[in-house]
Amino acid sequence: MNPKDIFELLKKEIGDQALELVEKEYHDPFIVVRANSIVETCLVLRDDPNTLFDYLVNLSGVDDKDKFVVVYHLYSLKHRHRIVLKVYLDRENPHIPTVERVWRSANWHEREAYDMFGIVFDGHSDLRRILCPYDWEGHPLRKDYKTPDYYKGIKVPL
Amino acid sequence: MSETKTFEIDFGKVYSERMRLNVGPQHPSTHGVLRLEVELEGEVVTEIVPHIGYLHRCFEKHAENVTYPQVIPYIDRMDYISSMNNEFPYVLGMEKLLGIEVPEKVQYIRVICAELNRIANHQIAIATFGLDSGAFTPFLYYFRDREMIITLFEKLSGGRLLYNYFWIGGLMHDVHPTFAEDCLEIVKQVRKTNDEALDLLMYNKIFVERTANIGILPADVAINYGCSGPVLRGSGVPYDLRKVEPYSIYDKFDFDVVVGKGEMGTLGDCWDRNIVRVREIYESCKIIEQAIEQMPKEPCDVRQAVPKRIKPPVGEFYCRAENPKGELGFYIISDGSPKPTRVRARATSFVNLSVLPEISKGYMIADLIMILGSLDIVLGEIDR
Repeated sequence: MNPKDIFELLKKEIGDQALELVEKEYHDPFIVVRANSIVETCLVLRDDPNTLFDYLVNLSGVDDKDKFVVVYHLYSLKHRHRIVLKVYLDRENPHIPTVERVWRSANWHEREAYDMFGIVFDGHSDLRRILCPYDWEGHPLRKDYKTPDYYKGIKVPL
Repeated sequence: MSETKTFEIDFGKVYSERMRLNVGPQHPSTHGVLRLEVELEGEVVTEIVPHIGYLHRCFEKHAENVTYPQVIPYIDRMDYISSMNNEFPYVLGMEKLLGIEVPEKVQYIRVICAELNRIANHQIAIATFGLDSGAFTPFLYYFRDREMIITLFEKLSGGRLLYNYFWIGGLMHDVHPTFAEDCLEIVKQVRKTNDEALDLLMYNKIFVERTANIGILPADVAINYGCSGPVLRGSGVPYDLRKVEPYSIYDKFDFDVVVGKGEMGTLGDCWDRNIVRVREIYESCKIIEQAIEQMPKEPCDVRQAVPKRIKPPVGEFYCRAENPKGELGFYIISDGSPKPTRVRARATSFVNLSVLPEISKGYMIADLIMILGSLDIVLGEIDR
């Protein structure tokens, strides 16, 4: 299926929760979805026989200056097509439901997005830091992150 | 002559306490600085919590502060035993974004290097997996052969482990005059050792007993956990990006996708994952031979398409390629400046390791080491 058909299918299944389909030059075509309907969207895309997106390739957090973005790259092993989902989140209070129960691979990807951007995945079974130490302060990949001068009394070299 | 004495032990009545044990982070069998918090009931594993991040070097943060070509050396240091393959998806994606047409000879050299590096990676994987099970000899044989590949890469790029050889739009240098002969000699030697290793290791009764029916990963679980590479193919899923989405010039070669068949036990066990690697070495040899035959013989300026100043248009893309360990992808966002806004690496080992708690519960602690070895992880890539 091409991205247009996938978007039409989503429109039919979840109504106006699927906001828009963006096809731009130098961009993989992506569909913008509302945060509170992400689980529903993913379930439709995974289980519909025409899409069968059974493989979550990548889940990344992105700091888009005034908003946080969570990007899902999906792939179907059977139909061999792909699509990108994007969810824009409020910078002050970034909350989004977890898709861990749809694809288990999301578990660690979401932990990483939480670690690096502080995006909270509601309902996640084990939302801890994954790459930084457990007592690290701040979220390093945010654009406004300031490297601390000291870590546990040790001077951080520049 | 003494008679053989048999002991009858009712294991159901043996009492033991639950115990939490740290495996690693400094232990040879964890293949790097990985810490596994294991809960044991006697010798049986009941729970595993992997703790990673001991080797975190902020790759993604660094990448935001350097220019596009300067990202490549950092990528080398992710999966440091298959650096050539790591660079492949990145340069392919950047060339797509910049609209660069790469000379044909460069494409061939890249494929040959990637396949040679795939062989080197699988040799380490099989050899160290053998070590985990107590087989020392194949390790020596494989490392002897790997030395030939590393020496060839040293001639090409000057580095033995970290190459920075693939550039956006080309290569660092052209190959040396005896490159083709060197490759063919390596292929010959690699095949010979692999034949030996099949007898010595793979069909060895002791090894089969240790690995068959251990750590069974069903295909649907593997897909749901996002596994790729030999871990997914060992479960019988013929998913290889070189075949399903041929990038570069992989559509010009005739090779097979190796999948596990459950020959020694259940489909998707440790033995299946390992035999996929052994047989993929033969497929890589096939690709190298074909590539050398088809490669243009006349010298070419491998830097002719390298742009002087790299300033891609505003855009974003996800590019992926088949690493020896599985699918390696880069999600790169460009805002039109010479530095990337975001580089996200979809690290293969990171995703493959996340399946470990799922498949190793209920096995003995000695089997846990085997299961971990069969996943073929590199901590440099997991922690980035």
